[in-house]
Amino acid sequence: MNAAKVETPLGRFWSEFCESRIAIVALIVLALIVILALLAPWITPQNPYDLAQVDVLDGKLPPGSEAYVGYTMWLGSDGAGRDLYSAILYGIRISLTVGLAAGFIALAIGTAIGLVAAYAGGRVDTLIMRAVDIQLSFPAVLIALVLVAILGRGIDKIIIALVFAQWAYYARTVRATALVESAKEYIEAARCLALSHTRIIFRHVLPNCLAPLIVIGTVQTASAIALESTLSFLGVGLRQTEPSLGVLISNGFEYMLSGRYWISFFPGLALLLTIVSINLVGDQLRDVLNPRLKR
Amino acid sequence: MKNTAIGALLASAMLASPVLSEELTIGLASEPTAMDPHFHNLGPNNAMARHIFDRLILQNELQQLEPGLAVSWTPIDDLTWEFKLREGVKFHDGSDFTADDVVCTWERAPNVPNSPSSFATYTKGKSVEKIDEYTVHFKTEAPYPLMANDVSTVTIVSDQGGCQGTTAEYNDGTIAVGTGPFKFVSYTPGDSIVVERNDDYWGEKPVWSKVTFKPISSGPARVAALLAGDVDVIASVPTTDVTTLEKNEDVSLSQGVSNRVIYLHLDHDRADSPFVKANGGGDIDNPLQKLEVRKAISMAINRDAIVDRVMEGVAIKAGQLLPDGFFGVSDKLEPMAYDPDGAKALLAEAGYADGFELTIHGPNDRYINDAKIAEAIGQMLTRIGIKTTVETMPRSVYFGRASRGGPNDTPEFSFILVGWGAGSGEASSPLKSLIATHSPDKGWGSSNRGRYSNADFDALLETALSTVDDAKRQDLLAEATEMAIDDVAIIPTHYQVSTWGTRKGLKYVARTDEYTLAIGVEKE
Amino acid sequence: MTAFIIRRLMQAILVVFLMSLIVFFGVNVIGDPVDMLISPEADQAEIERTIRALGLDRPITEQYWYFLKGVATGDFGKSFIFGEPALQLILQHMPATVELALVSLLMAILLGIPLGLYAGLYPDARISKGIMAGSILGFSLPSFWVGLMLIMLFAVILGWLPSTGRGDTAVFLGIESSLWTRDGLSHLFLPAFNLALTNISLVIRLTRAGVRETMHQDYIKFARAKGLPERRVISVHLMKNILIPIVTVLGLEFGGLLAFSVVTESIFAWPGMGKLLIDSLLQLDRPVVVAYLMIIVLFFVIINLLVDILYSVLDPRVRLRDQNT
Repeated sequence: MNAAKVETPLGRFWSEFCESRIAIVALIVLALIVILALLAPWITPQNPYDLAQVDVLDGKLPPGSEAYVGYTMWLGSDGAGRDLYSAILYGIRISLTVGLAAGFIALAIGTAIGLVAAYAGGRVDTLIMRAVDIQLSFPAVLIALVLVAILGRGIDKIIIALVFAQWAYYARTVRATALVESAKEYIEAARCLALSHTRIIFRHVLPNCLAPLIVIGTVQTASAIALESTLSFLGVGLRQTEPSLGVLISNGFEYMLSGRYWISFFPGLALLLTIVSINLVGDQLRDVLNPRLKR
Repeated sequence: MKNTAIGALLASAMLASPVLSEELTIGLASEPTAMDPHFHNLGPNNAMARHIFDRLILQNELQQLEPGLAVSWTPIDDLTWEFKLREGVKFHDGSDFTADDVVCTWERAPNVPNSPSSFATYTKGKSVEKIDEYTVHFKTEAPYPLMANDVSTVTIVSDQGGCQGTTAEYNDGTIAVGTGPFKFVSYTPGDSIVVERNDDYWGEKPVWSKVTFKPISSGPARVAALLAGDVDVIASVPTTDVTTLEKNEDVSLSQGVSNRVIYLHLDHDRADSPFVKANGGGDIDNPLQKLEVRKAISMAINRDAIVDRVMEGVAIKAGQLLPDGFFGVSDKLEPMAYDPDGAKALLAEAGYADGFELTIHGPNDRYINDAKIAEAIGQMLTRIGIKTTVETMPRSVYFGRASRGGPNDTPEFSFILVGWGAGSGEASSPLKSLIATHSPDKGWGSSNRGRYSNADFDALLETALSTVDDAKRQDLLAEATEMAIDDVAIIPTHYQVSTWGTRKGLKYVARTDEYTLAIGVEKE
Repeated sequence: MTAFIIRRLMQAILVVFLMSLIVFFGVNVIGDPVDMLISPEADQAEIERTIRALGLDRPITEQYWYFLKGVATGDFGKSFIFGEPALQLILQHMPATVELALVSLLMAILLGIPLGLYAGLYPDARISKGIMAGSILGFSLPSFWVGLMLIMLFAVILGWLPSTGRGDTAVFLGIESSLWTRDGLSHLFLPAFNLALTNISLVIRLTRAGVRETMHQDYIKFARAKGLPERRVISVHLMKNILIPIVTVLGLEFGGLLAFSVVTESIFAWPGMGKLLIDSLLQLDRPVVVAYLMIIVLFFVIINLLVDILYSVLDPRVRLRDQNT
């Protein structure tokens, strides 16, 4: 590295991130996926959400078939006649939105609650932890079913269901790690210095809880996307006419034994690529951000 | 003499020569909820009861009536039917079958504690009287032509314990004692039900010495179990796998049309229907009340596409409430021909040249491919200008709302996808429940979720249901069906076809009632 | 310690009560069970008779009150669908699920910790990168999809293992289980593995993260400087410190395995509680769902209690704390 170059924190971060070639590849793939998804309306032949453009007569065409409506379906079509290429690009948008939104909201809520529980202790801790117990024993399917019954189906409802299902995991883990940290001498020292509670929590306790949190965070974001698919599989997920990757996979599930592999294979591949690249980027981020790993 | 003996020997040797195991394993799509034949009036339960028990009258694979424990049944006056019982039949515990068993069965069937759906539907309004050991009289207060159909749904249990026992005692096997072709061996909920051959059966003896039923609810997993050789027979082969399995040499398929019609119900009742909107979302007068609009919707539906593409050819397009061959169907009705341009013209004629907005509601876990059918119909209607939103939901949410979700327990939706299986195997069942005016007191129109009401139709059906003469009743029912279809009271789309899969060397005799019976599994 | 446990158990009772309240009313919101139960051919009179027979004609609060009275005497009500006591039904299905969850947890530990250790100790090795990339696959595909793939590969194509269902059981040490027979184990393998996949990945990642973190800490450096053999450093000093998050997460996951192996049990036709739950839920069999979730929440409270106790054993700095400490 050029020693004369001035090292900004961002620059250092970047150069450290680039130490892993896999992470760079993953980042590029992820960027490509996001760009394709954002550009979906302009680069796809079909709007898969518009029933007037989808024809059941085009259903289940193998990859490369000429559609009834006049364009080539390079990845084939699903049971309802949606062009899979179009449906996948649109589906990535929904899956990413659902996964990231649910993941971040659950992480934020769960972490905050977990920290409060660990730091406050006493009745607050008891109350929160028992709420966590209830939450953990509450199946996501039941939440989703209740939401479908009251509010109907939709992206926002599925996000609520997923946040409900996941915040407790974060809370429980953060509390556990924070308890260990709070007992350490430096926190005691901070308390002796009469630092404010918020300062102690956010500047001292939280950063030390980050490592397990990021691990769980990346895993849970991925599993939020997979859980959304499972909910769709059980019939309480997103609307079938506005499919996410998960809905496409769960629709394709029944075709798996019939040789029409493409209906679930291509959406599955897209989901796999997305999640693997998110996680590889996440892994590297975690290693770079973690001060204790500096040699 | 010698020759014939050798011939017989040869024949028996040939019969026995493929050393096939006499044991059979069947993968069921849905599991019975109890071994008590009167506990739950539900398809899987009734099918399972057919193994261990008998009925006075049996329904064959086409739901035609055949002598069971009764050898004959005749009306001796307008209000009385005489049943002659089969003599020499023994229960599995060795006791004799007599008129007492029939009388006590009739007592028990509608009165099982905690029953989620009792047999009162069939036993009500009929009293039974023992004349002698092998003769009983069934009496009604008004002439009742469907006596035999109703009697054919009730399973006979023994008055030596069976009538007095509880559901739990049936489930653990202590009183699961019938006259049927198989004897109870074990019942493990969720895991398996095992029965063994009754060698003293009065009818044709089953081929199988032992039969194990395994519930495998996931369709692809059921197919995989058959392919892996873990089960010999599976019920409800998913339509998506039919084409592939047909090509597979290790498997053979049996198909038969079922008594279930899939249809669309439209809101005939409310002037302002909640899920019908003007373009852009404003309120409009309910266009579904206009015959032209209902006809246009029916014409816009490409039934061939539904059958060929959505159902993969495993369905028959429908023009009325029951497929050909059932009692009371009309031979004049044909499925509405697909004609999108005609549909648009009709819409324009009715004053909806630009269409309107509509939501189709349907279940997603009740009928074969239900959600996909709803989506295909959504596409077809959107194409003629009726901008359609598709909302499907689990049946646990769907049926309550479809029946009573609106204000004052009225149906909530405007346009729904539903199915109807005629348990009695004749046309009065759907006509009475789906088309007749909704009237809780009379017990009519209980599933009339479109609240269609037509006094002429009601009168015609009333006449039909009190006509004991079969030929006359058949004509009246057909006439009533034509009246309903001409007025587009409902829009039938297709009849379901049931598919069973067996390993090579076996064959299943397909049934219209969707039952999976071990006695229907034959060696080829 | 005893006081701590007693207090926690008291809280558990409250938690179970709250759960019953939420679920009782929650299930009621979804729909009307009578629509799921009754034969479509039934007329209005018959429908009303059934509603009365099941006690559904009374106001919901009154129904709940009767339910609570029943629970006080150990009666959780009878299943609408099966007509059998809900509790008995759940207990009947429990052994199958317990053995599935245990085997799957064992798989997660036996595969996850060694692989995670390796990947953490040699982060730059090619194998480690392979392990880490592979671990992502474990949770990125929905389990119903993976389950069917496993059936296709091992049962249909290769024919090595049975496709669905539970195998023969035998009695050993007074416990009837399919763990004791060859047939039983062969039936167990695929569903347990399908269920374990996510957890294997999770354990690998947590272990690796813990190892990477801990290896740079002073006490490890000290231990090494003291000349302790590497094996001892890893097995004692390292393991003890990375176990806390793993124990927490596995504790939670075990509860999840017991309670919600819904999808796996459905695909593999496994006669366990998860399948009972989803079937009951989709058919609105309220007594079973309520009793089930009351039991599950009790499970979770106990698991969390055990996890907390384990903490204090693994790390004496963590005091068992609760109210007023």
